[in-house]
Amino acid sequence: MDNLLLARWQFGVTTVYHFFFVPLTIGLVFLIAIMETLYVTKKNENYKRMAKFWGKLFLINFAVGVVTGILQEFQFGMNWSNYSRFVGDVFGAPLAIESLAAFFLESTFLGVWMFGWDKLPKHVHLASIWLVALGTTLSAFWILTANAFMQHPVGYVIQGGHAEMASFGALIGNEQLWWEFPHVWLGALATGAFFVAGVSAYQLLRKRWLEVFHPSFVISIIVGVVSSILVAIVGHDQAQYLMVSQPMKMAASEALWHTSADPAPWTVIAAIDPAQQRNTFELQIPYALSILAYNQPHGSVPGMLELQQQMQQKYGPGSYIPPVGVTFWSFRVMVAAGVLMILSALYGAWQMVRDKLLQSRRYLRWMLFAMPLPFIANTAGWLMTEMGRQPWVVYGLELTRDGVSPTVPAGEVLLTLISFSVLYGLLAIVDAYLFVRAVRQGPEPDGEDSEVPDLNVAPL
Amino acid sequence: MTLNTLWFMLIALLFIGFFFLEGFDYGVGILLPFIARTDDERRVVINTIGPFWDANEVWFITAGGAMFAAFPNWYATLFSGFYIALFLLLIALIGRGVAFEFRSKVEHVRWRRFWDSVIFVGSLLPPLLWGVALANMMRGVPIDAHMNFVGSFWNLISLYSIAGGVSVALLFTLHGALFISLRTDGVLQRRARSAAMGVGAWATVITFLFVVLSYLETDMFTRHGVDPGAVPILAGLSLFSVQFFIRAKRDGWAFFMTGLTIILSTITVFMDLYPRVMVSSLNPAWSLTIYNAASNPYSLKVMTIIALTVLPLVLLYQGWSYWVFRKRISAEHRLEY
Ligand code: HDD
Ligand code: HEM
Ligand code: HEM
Repeated sequence: MDNLLLARWQFGVTTVYHFFFVPLTIGLVFLIAIMETLYVTKKNENYKRMAKFWGKLFLINFAVGVVTGILQEFQFGMNWSNYSRFVGDVFGAPLAIESLAAFFLESTFLGVWMFGWDKLPKHVHLASIWLVALGTTLSAFWILTANAFMQHPVGYVIQGGHAEMASFGALIGNEQLWWEFPHVWLGALATGAFFVAGVSAYQLLRKRWLEVFHPSFVISIIVGVVSSILVAIVGHDQAQYLMVSQPMKMAASEALWHTSADPAPWTVIAAIDPAQQRNTFELQIPYALSILAYNQPHGSVPGMLELQQQMQQKYGPGSYIPPVGVTFWSFRVMVAAGVLMILSALYGAWQMVRDKLLQSRRYLRWMLFAMPLPFIANTAGWLMTEMGRQPWVVYGLELTRDGVSPTVPAGEVLLTLISFSVLYGLLAIVDAYLFVRAVRQGPEPDGEDSEVPDLNVAPL
Repeated sequence: MTLNTLWFMLIALLFIGFFFLEGFDYGVGILLPFIARTDDERRVVINTIGPFWDANEVWFITAGGAMFAAFPNWYATLFSGFYIALFLLLIALIGRGVAFEFRSKVEHVRWRRFWDSVIFVGSLLPPLLWGVALANMMRGVPIDAHMNFVGSFWNLISLYSIAGGVSVALLFTLHGALFISLRTDGVLQRRARSAAMGVGAWATVITFLFVVLSYLETDMFTRHGVDPGAVPILAGLSLFSVQFFIRAKRDGWAFFMTGLTIILSTITVFMDLYPRVMVSSLNPAWSLTIYNAASNPYSLKVMTIIALTVLPLVLLYQGWSYWVFRKRISAEHRLEY
């Protein structure tokens, strides 16, 4: 196995893993902030118990999010040093800003929030969780600025064989970013909502701590409806932008080898034969692709083989077709998960309006099993975005194979790949164990939080 | 002053913040098995850094990000070059980070003992590795004409670099002992003080040895002459003064002095490097400098504006968080970790 393949596996494995924890952090902190706000405004201790219970789960998740993030920060230098040299002038800036503006904020105020329950006035404590939420959102924004540049490079000039930043405004005004950021952020919110809904459903099925889990369930359904509908709407706009920025990815995600008819039908499922560059079976809905791509019932969509020819003329010989199967199927998995999420949340909202939310055990059980849906959608979404960009690491500027570190021996990459994978696997087991345990234990009993007397003196 | 120099100084500043803050974090982790005997005591010791350790670690992440933004070639060469060392560092940081959170979630002796040893190893390894890395950065490593590191992990290991590792680890342990003595009272405080006394002597001796070796192994001598200037001398003096303050039970002053030692030593290292960022042992012309490793001027300008706006705010609210948790803690308190 060569360096390139190993480095790609390492990046894929560790980043997908990081992004299991990230959206839950972003979504959950937001819900906790809402709960604590209710506590402070309504002065009802129940909301405090809620915030603390979800806070416990949040912290277990956050710990793994943080430690896997540290690896991400240095991975560009370790395995992708040529890439780092090539785009560092542009790409390094959002990464540095993310640390400065987001990581300091979230880590400092999370410490304050965790340890400050008895030490701070209520509104200061509340402000600290909102600042953590702001920090996670800023973090998403800045890292996606970096990622949007890789998808759709803007605001740079090529000089002396590498990209130099020419306009910071263009970098953060990147249209790709302004679709990607809301899509990812809303997806994260939905992740948090479905998580809270699932855990609450589990407890409601057992009829335990209803005073905590009923309101949690209600909040999560409301947030779930709004976020899952919006994420689909933004996703649809994002697909239209894809037509402009990366038509090849669009074609691959539709397994469209040849430019489509006008109006273009949407392929629901297909049997893809990448060797022969054709599909042996297709199930299609007429007009739908034109609508997806252009919001109108006509217009044809360019196919991979035609695009390949154009790209060869522009960039020289080579294959510019990404792995079609992965791109095609991950898009469908994401959309299917998204549709299921919308339906689940809407059904809950309807039950809520009729005041029958807790009556259907079948619905509660379904919500427990719906918990993985957003995780699946998130992972599939990233697979589509990143695999569909191949063979480019920076679209149109640098090929993935040119970005890899030239002098790191393959044996060392293999060693780290195996070690991180094993370590991450173990972490997943421990993390799942702690989650289940914390859920079973439930919230702290009422009135346990008596003030602890401060007998001690300041040290200085 | 050019922007390149400014960014060199800003990165030095981030490393200073990192070593100063995370220094006592590591020290606390290293001392955990030695000065805390019961589970309650362990919890108290861990809770002394509970609200802070993650934000302290962000200093390191930010230093990495800032290197990437301001000196992409430095970032690329250093982290692809010191590959295995960084790998070990990351494993240590991953283990240590989750251990703090996981440890107290289950009340079981073996569970807690396991995570406590993860905290210990995860706190001991990073300072050792940082010492090794800094020694090599000062002495120079095989870097070719294309800025790529062409050695292996074993190139980094020598008597000199190990002395560097041990001296950093001892300094951080001392720093951590003094931090514990400031954040606890009673028996833990007493044990922390006596640990500081014992470690302090060794830290002073080994650090002195490391300085002597630096004169022999690096080009400090040829570049700057025998007189190293005021900064390292003050670093040495502040380290010597720690002994005195510990005996006088002036914990605050002693902590201040180890902090000063860490700050001034870091400045010494960066002064020694300047204007280089990675020294090539193969050919001085192949060294990376603040010019050939840097981003373009526009990038640096944008980053300067952002860093100079955001960093003061960070200092302000981080300082405030230390103020919030200024009281000493003991087992009677609600312990989160
Ligand atoms: C959309 C959001 C998002 C994405 C795409 C990424 N991250 Fe992340 N990251 C976060 C959102 C986030 C977060 C919400 O801020 C985290 C997750 C859990 C957490 O603890 O903070 C975090 C933690 C986190 C940390 C630890 C921060 C700390 O100590 O507090 C680092 C260093 C990184 N990330 C770096 C990266 C890099 C280099 C990525 C690119 C490959 C990356 N993350 C992808
Ligand atoms: C967190 C969500 C993300 C996930 C799940 C993800 C997933 C992936 C996957 C699976 C690959 C491998 C593609 C392949 O090799 O064919 C990849 C490649 C890559 N991604 Fe992402 N990515 C994410 C975010 C990002 C971000 C935010 C950045 C940059 C800031 C980034 C930078 C890269 C780079 C440099 C590669 C090239 C290396 C490679 O091809 O493996 N990714 N990503
Ligand atoms: C249901 C309708 C949905 C549509 C039409 C849709 C559309 C898209 C499109 C077109 C992309 C690729 C953008 C690019 O490569 O530039 C994408 C990426 C992505 N999607 Fe979706 N999506 C939907 C639902 C969801 C859901 C429910 C989630 C998660 C809960 C999700 C999470 C993601 C993520 C994490 C990415 C990768 C980051 C990005 O490029 O924005 N999507 N989506």
